[in-house]
Amino acid sequence: MPAFPKKWLWVVLVVAFAWPLLEPVFPDVVSNYRLFLVSTMIIAAIAVLGLNLLTGFNGQISLGHGAFYAVGAYTAAILMDKLNVPYYATLPAAAAVCFVVGYLFGQPALKLEGHYLALATFALALSVPQILKYKWLEDLTGGVQGIVLSKPEVPFDLPFNEDQWLYYYCLVTMIVLFWAANNMLNSRSGRAMMAIRDHYMAADTMGINTARYKTVTFGISAAYTGIAGALSASAIAFVAPDSFNFFLSIKFLIGLVVGGVGSLVGSVVGGIFYVLVDNSAQAISTYIKNDLGLQFDLSAYTIFGILLILLMYLMPQGIVGGVYMLFRRLRRG
Amino acid sequence: MEQLLEQLASGLANGAIYACVALALVMIYVSTDHLNFAQGEMAMFSTYISWQLMNWGLNFWVAFVLAVLASFVLGVLIERIILRPLHGAPVLSVVVVFIGLLAICNSMAGAIWSYLIKEYPSPFPKSTFGFAGVIGPHQLGVVLVTLVVLGLLFLFFRYTPLGLAMRAAAQNPQMARLVGVRVDWMLALGWGLAAAVGAVAGIMVAHIVYLDPNMMGGILLYAFASALIGGIGNPGGAVVGGFIVGVLENMVAYAGNQIEKATGVYIIGNGEKLTVALIIVIFVLTVKPAGLFGRVVVKRV
Repeated sequence: MPAFPKKWLWVVLVVAFAWPLLEPVFPDVVSNYRLFLVSTMIIAAIAVLGLNLLTGFNGQISLGHGAFYAVGAYTAAILMDKLNVPYYATLPAAAAVCFVVGYLFGQPALKLEGHYLALATFALALSVPQILKYKWLEDLTGGVQGIVLSKPEVPFDLPFNEDQWLYYYCLVTMIVLFWAANNMLNSRSGRAMMAIRDHYMAADTMGINTARYKTVTFGISAAYTGIAGALSASAIAFVAPDSFNFFLSIKFLIGLVVGGVGSLVGSVVGGIFYVLVDNSAQAISTYIKNDLGLQFDLSAYTIFGILLILLMYLMPQGIVGGVYMLFRRLRRG
Repeated sequence: MEQLLEQLASGLANGAIYACVALALVMIYVSTDHLNFAQGEMAMFSTYISWQLMNWGLNFWVAFVLAVLASFVLGVLIERIILRPLHGAPVLSVVVVFIGLLAICNSMAGAIWSYLIKEYPSPFPKSTFGFAGVIGPHQLGVVLVTLVVLGLLFLFFRYTPLGLAMRAAAQNPQMARLVGVRVDWMLALGWGLAAAVGAVAGIMVAHIVYLDPNMMGGILLYAFASALIGGIGNPGGAVVGGFIVGVLENMVAYAGNQIEKATGVYIIGNGEKLTVALIIVIFVLTVKPAGLFGRVVVKRV
């Protein structure tokens, strides 16, 4: 899949940075609520990118990335709550902790492939809330109650409000992380990762240390998702075990598949999509009830599920891959 | 001592449920090499169907039979409509479709019947007989019903021409096709049977865990653990694995309870059930992927 054109990338970046400042000009387009919404999209995009590094670029299926998201969120929350660490310092800490956890989980995962890895991570995703509620961890994690935090404060008396600052904080983090991922994927290591995905045996024969690449990729992927988790802990200012249930992992998978497996831009699209559908499900449901007159509560997951299955038939490459293929076909024809 | 026996009995009852779901998983695995992540939610949906039928005034057993039949038809339809086009698709696509199915079943059940937890009746008489205090009538009934179902399945696969054809289609599709077995339909029938067996498990367990759209999550995980312990390609192994896991689960909780009583240190209890399943899954997968009764598959490259 081609890289995003550089020209357009700069345009997008400029728009992204200028957008919150346009509030006095377009009060209809920019609002604090929308800024917060976009911040959650950015966070989702980072989490989906983490999953994409593992599943899309390295070919290891994970149904349990919610676990790493939870580890990242809890690392950040505990650091802020117990040790009064400033919020921006929690990101590297969450990344480090998640890297170690992911690396360790990658060790047994080496022996598994395809369905079996999916099964092991499925089990991980299901048991996360219970692990977080474990009695011995209760002093740290706050048990069922979770931990209440405060939102990131605006530093240096900058003329931003809380939501604007959160937006910039997330945006800069995302740009750094995507830049790093892009560089990694275009390097020797990235090509090795993809070689392992495309043909494990051949990659091994070519002298790639497959075991090390797979475990380290697992660690990096977990670190990315963990950073997203830490960001979300700051953004929502609250963590509780039951918000890291199995459906969180499913949502990341949806973001991955919808956006595009093995595509950086796809991760962004996936993150945007995930938040959009999550937020508009209620509206769709009331539309069906009131305007179409059907007595039926359509929840977001029904739409997600149908979409997942349809996408697997029609665009196994995700929306970005599908649009690209369509574009190419049109051009040729 | 009595408490231990009680735990053992309830472990066997749970084990019977796990055995059923594990068997359903294995039936799909041997014929298509897929792990059906939606099996639990399909069983949950079937249980809701039976609840609805009972709500309309039907007798428990009539509702039971109708719900199992409906699940069979649904299973066949799912295979024919949703999974058939994915023949030969990459693993990720198949896993994603299963997750999609899981999400649809779960949210549809929530949409139709609401997420409120419902009580589910037990069909077995309340009287305490025989082993009063140790095993409750419902638990005994669950074990009996599942054993009957498993026995029927065994007879079907072992002694009927259709069962033989299905086994042939699972074991060697090409050869089976050459001797005139309609392999495609055999796969669909296998899916139907798996859905039906899952439905039995769901209906039997609903009285114990109560009826709600998320009731099968933990059970599915335990069923996977059971199937893995028995060797994922081995139906008999899955049943034995189910009982092993059921008893093991209760024994772990019991031991944790005893330790807490004796020393006051909490190590493990009912709250860690899923974590135990996670450990079993990862342990078996990495240390002994063939399970207790499975064959080691040698891959030629």
